[in-house]
Amino acid sequence: MLRLPPFEYHAPRSIEQAVNLYAQFGGAAMFAAGGTDLYPNMKRRQFTPQALIGLNGIDELRGIVQDNGITIRAGTTLSQVASHPILQSQYSALATAANLVSTPQLRAMGTLGGNLCLDTRCNYYNQEFSWRQALGFCMKKDGEICMVAPGSSRCWAVSSTDCAPVVVALDGRVRLVGPRGERVIAASDLYRDDGILYLGKERDELVTEILLPPADGTKSVYLKLRRRDSFDFPILGVAAALRFASNGEIANARIVLGGVGSRPLECVESARLLMGQKLTRELIGAAAEAAWKPARPLDNTDSTHSYRKKMTRVYVARALEALSEK
Amino acid sequence: MTHVIGTPLAKIDSWDKVIGAAKYADDMSLPRMLHARILRSTIPHARIVNIDTLDAEELPGVVAVITGRDVPIEYGILPSSQDEQALCVDKVRFVGDAVAAVAALDPETAERALQLIHVEYEPLTPVVTMNEALDETRDAIHSSAHADHHNIHKMVALEFGDLDAGFAEADYILEENYFYQGNTHLALENHSALASFSPDGHLTLWSSTQTPHYVHRALAKTLELPASRIRVVAAAIGGGFGGKTDPFSHEIVACKLAMLTGRPVKITLTRQEVFYCHRGRHPVLMWVKMGVRNDGEPTALHFRTMLDGGAYGSYGVASTYYTGALQTVTYKIPAYKFEGMRVFTNKPPCGPKRGHGTPQPRFALEIHLDKIARHLGLDPAEYRKRFIVDDKTKTVNHLTITTCGLRECIDKVVDASDFHNRISNLQSPISSLKTGLGLACGSYLSGAGLPIYWNQMPHSGVIVKVDRGGGVAVFCGSTDIGQGSTSLLAYIAAEEFGIDVRDVRVITADTDLTPVDLGSYSSRVTVMTGNACISAIRPLKQKILDTAAEKLLVPAESLSFRDGEIICEDDDARRLKWTDAIALAEAKHGTLSGTGSYKPPKRAGPYKGSGVGVSPSYSYAACVAQVSVDTETGQVRVEKIWLAHDGGRALNPLLVEGQVEGSVYMGVGEALMEEMTYRGGLHKAPSLLDYKSLTMNDMPPVETFLVETNDPEGPFGAKEAGQGPLLPVPPAIANAIYDAIGVRIDETPITPDKILKALEEKEKGRAARVGPKNFPNAPYPEPLHVEPPEDAPRLERKKG
Amino acid sequence: MKQVLHLRVNGQAHELYVEPHKTLLEVLREELDLTGTKHGCDLGECGACTVLVDGTPILACLALPIELQEREITTVEGLAHGAELHPLQRAFAELNAAQCGYCTSGMMLSAKALLDRETNPTREKIRDALAGNLCRCTGYEKILEAVEVAGREVAGRK
Repeated sequence: MLRLPPFEYHAPRSIEQAVNLYAQFGGAAMFAAGGTDLYPNMKRRQFTPQALIGLNGIDELRGIVQDNGITIRAGTTLSQVASHPILQSQYSALATAANLVSTPQLRAMGTLGGNLCLDTRCNYYNQEFSWRQALGFCMKKDGEICMVAPGSSRCWAVSSTDCAPVVVALDGRVRLVGPRGERVIAASDLYRDDGILYLGKERDELVTEILLPPADGTKSVYLKLRRRDSFDFPILGVAAALRFASNGEIANARIVLGGVGSRPLECVESARLLMGQKLTRELIGAAAEAAWKPARPLDNTDSTHSYRKKMTRVYVARALEALSEK
Repeated sequence: MTHVIGTPLAKIDSWDKVIGAAKYADDMSLPRMLHARILRSTIPHARIVNIDTLDAEELPGVVAVITGRDVPIEYGILPSSQDEQALCVDKVRFVGDAVAAVAALDPETAERALQLIHVEYEPLTPVVTMNEALDETRDAIHSSAHADHHNIHKMVALEFGDLDAGFAEADYILEENYFYQGNTHLALENHSALASFSPDGHLTLWSSTQTPHYVHRALAKTLELPASRIRVVAAAIGGGFGGKTDPFSHEIVACKLAMLTGRPVKITLTRQEVFYCHRGRHPVLMWVKMGVRNDGEPTALHFRTMLDGGAYGSYGVASTYYTGALQTVTYKIPAYKFEGMRVFTNKPPCGPKRGHGTPQPRFALEIHLDKIARHLGLDPAEYRKRFIVDDKTKTVNHLTITTCGLRECIDKVVDASDFHNRISNLQSPISSLKTGLGLACGSYLSGAGLPIYWNQMPHSGVIVKVDRGGGVAVFCGSTDIGQGSTSLLAYIAAEEFGIDVRDVRVITADTDLTPVDLGSYSSRVTVMTGNACISAIRPLKQKILDTAAEKLLVPAESLSFRDGEIICEDDDARRLKWTDAIALAEAKHGTLSGTGSYKPPKRAGPYKGSGVGVSPSYSYAACVAQVSVDTETGQVRVEKIWLAHDGGRALNPLLVEGQVEGSVYMGVGEALMEEMTYRGGLHKAPSLLDYKSLTMNDMPPVETFLVETNDPEGPFGAKEAGQGPLLPVPPAIANAIYDAIGVRIDETPITPDKILKALEEKEKGRAARVGPKNFPNAPYPEPLHVEPPEDAPRLERKKG
Repeated sequence: MKQVLHLRVNGQAHELYVEPHKTLLEVLREELDLTGTKHGCDLGECGACTVLVDGTPILACLALPIELQEREITTVEGLAHGAELHPLQRAFAELNAAQCGYCTSGMMLSAKALLDRETNPTREKIRDALAGNLCRCTGYEKILEAVEVAGREVAGRK
């Protein structure tokens, strides 16, 4: 049986306590919410923190609140996100994405905040210690080089969260609370294009809330490419959100890809093509073509990278077609 | 009269499983038990220069550390392949090869201690691919004692009948290469073993093994203990599929550590270690040349295979022969040449997985036939039906057909799927989705006709004891891996004695308590233990009948066992309660017990290698697959599977259906996604997440038909069901994909990127096919020419 | 460092003294000897260790008991009502939905959570609810049937 490495366990009752505890350990602690991403990594010795700061006992991290838009507290489980009626009707891509994460059991344990902070993945990295020892360690953990691109100075581990591309596409923001106070940043700024330092927040900052603006008629969709209809991480995720003006022209467009880079990849050119236009077959084709070009999947997930790149075009087109039918 | 056989009953061991009481090996613990872990090689091919265990030994909580020097005696499942050591002494041969072991007070300490063992390796060039194995400039993985030639483990070549004449008679000859990727059993339970050594020198091992008898022999050899003082017990087994049929390093190591420390020792493998232990499906490259007349009648078949064996022999010699043995048992082939070769590579060793060596050639053969049928404009179902082997005949390679229900199997699936009307005719409302139907057939043995090691003793033994309270106890060495072999013995005893199944206790898989059964492999258990059980019961029944006849003053022949009584069929007023009859019999004869055993009929042909493929009988299966293919994404969805299986009489149809459905599941997975992939010598994805197996959401509905031939060799007419139904599934899917989109994927797994690649080739006007383009130039030996038996299909000379 | 832990499993209260890094899977199997909960991967990739926490299926291999102290944990050993089997247990046994039996505990617990919500689920709903439990023996066919049959029995009791 694979077992967790020993750690001290702390159960703060408030966000403030949690953040203070983290600061006390000076980087030797980790926050643990659902644990569905962290504990497998700990069992494989990607992480061996001195202490875990368990967030499951903090009531103020749970719940979905309707305000100007909608606020989802970070400790809300993925199954709660997936089954929430307002999310299902007005932010349907997010409910869909949450419902496509792994398995029912994992969705009941895993949280939205956890999914947004999901460690980047790579099939040279998500392996047991002895496997990595056999290969030689990679730069993301214990080693010097990137195994998938040995000439590269950076890590190419893949952003594999289903929810992040959606939250970015929906113009979401996240509230961060740290020892220096709190701040709200755009969800897109939560990510960096680096497999190791993939989060644009300080380590001692905690994601406490996900804030979505008023849906305002925005239609959204999330499509996920994976081998099996359960368990699997996305090897490509497409989140698309469109708001149509009353004349049928597109007033706002965002298309964000997951699973093809170290951060959610925004298809800026596709969005630009769509803006102010009516959604025709030709336009969908052009937008899909524009999305396909910047996607640079590497050979470090399931399936081949050339196939994943090819699928970008197909999936973006299908996402837009789905929106045109909505 | 029958009241048990043929009835859908619960398995007798299901009740413990549904309440969580069944004890699998890792569920057991003993007082003072130590936890052991194995250090495994991180290098695919290297000499061991030095192993320093001092730091590990000094870690508090560590009780013992051993290396290969402590258990150096070579072993292996086949007497001809004694090429493994429980812990490597001089060399490691794959990433995952066992090097040292630690026993500690708790599992965490054992794990930590592994990091403190320092192994110094001198790396050797790894041999990763089959082409590299043929390259003689690379280092040899084994000494010449264990290989036919350098890294060629085994070479065989056999020719039956006149191949040249056969091809000369052909109107159409098709040649093609195929590749079937390796995959693994992935039983949900990781292997586990618990050993205990008593001060008087008795060793007991509880293990998740399908073959306690062979483990027993390997322990006696490697530990140098008399077999009489070793007891091997198969615990409840959480899935096998062939993955628990070799004696394993961890079993020997647990025993050795128990002997050294005087304490019970348990080793439970991690999922990654199970991937390394493997013994799964061989990757097989195949070249097929088949000649047929214009009506499709086969005139000659030439089949060449190359197996990537991985680092050790395991069952590999048998696997090699199996890739050539069963091509002849479905359709009449008058001339047949088989060339097989297995090479060593620095990867986890391959061995037997469900269908052992036969799904790969079946995949190639059934696609090949589909191509021939398409070329000649023949209906693939009617075409096959015309050349099916006849009952009570022999094949060109001396295999005996007792009964064959294949024709009826084809009819069942063809009718149910409306095959004739719908093939090449299916349309989907979504333009990018194309739908198609494919058909394929298969056959498998009902038990290997020869044992693993040469001997004249029974393959299966049963002891039956009748208690004066009316209970019957059946003792048999067979191991239930979920298929229901334990329950089967209870059904037979209940049927024979006319009593309730609940009045039968079955004690199995314990080398101290139960007579030898060779194990759960080669689909041998129903036929062999079933016959052994009947032969143990029948004389006992006669004793009981004789005493009852004296009491009832009627002839014994007029009596029968029915519903807990002995009843005179001519006068049912004359009857005795089962318990009263037993009391009389026990008073007269003493303790009531009987022994029975079974040895398959001697049928091996007159040539070396003829022992593989021989069986008391063969099962038959036909499959129709309906698939939809998304031409934009290459994704294949198997929409439905129809499968008809001739497993002889279904002793419990519920269990036979379960075997069919499970086989279909595994066949679909192998066709579409299951594969062992390596980067260098390192397994790319040794986890349940990355090794793709079908989830409930991916599994198509299955419609099962049981075709119940009454086979003379089987108990109550039964044949096998555990493996045969897998065989036709992958080629049926490949054929259905062709029907849907007109491309041939001549290799597994059929992944979306391969579909797209083939469609692109088709678009460009090139051969719409993905598959191996050529076959390596390999030194196959001159074939041994064998005269076919009298009653084999004959080549009729029509030309020249 | 070991800590005192109060766990409620199958209606029974336990006071335990364990290290906080022990997962629920380890505590159930190794401290409480409830070995009916199985493990196939220890990483959340198979569903064999599924148990219910307040009626919801979760994975014992990724749960810390220290966080579950006020919750009701149900394992396969707690499915039966005294000597009376849960309809799922009876249906799994009688319909041959348990072959090797290794996925059975987790499979039945996922199914129980579904049937507690809905006694007459469609096949699609059953598939969705059980999609986190791998089985290598049955091809899932008999499991689907068993859940349907058990659902009808549960409905009849209500």
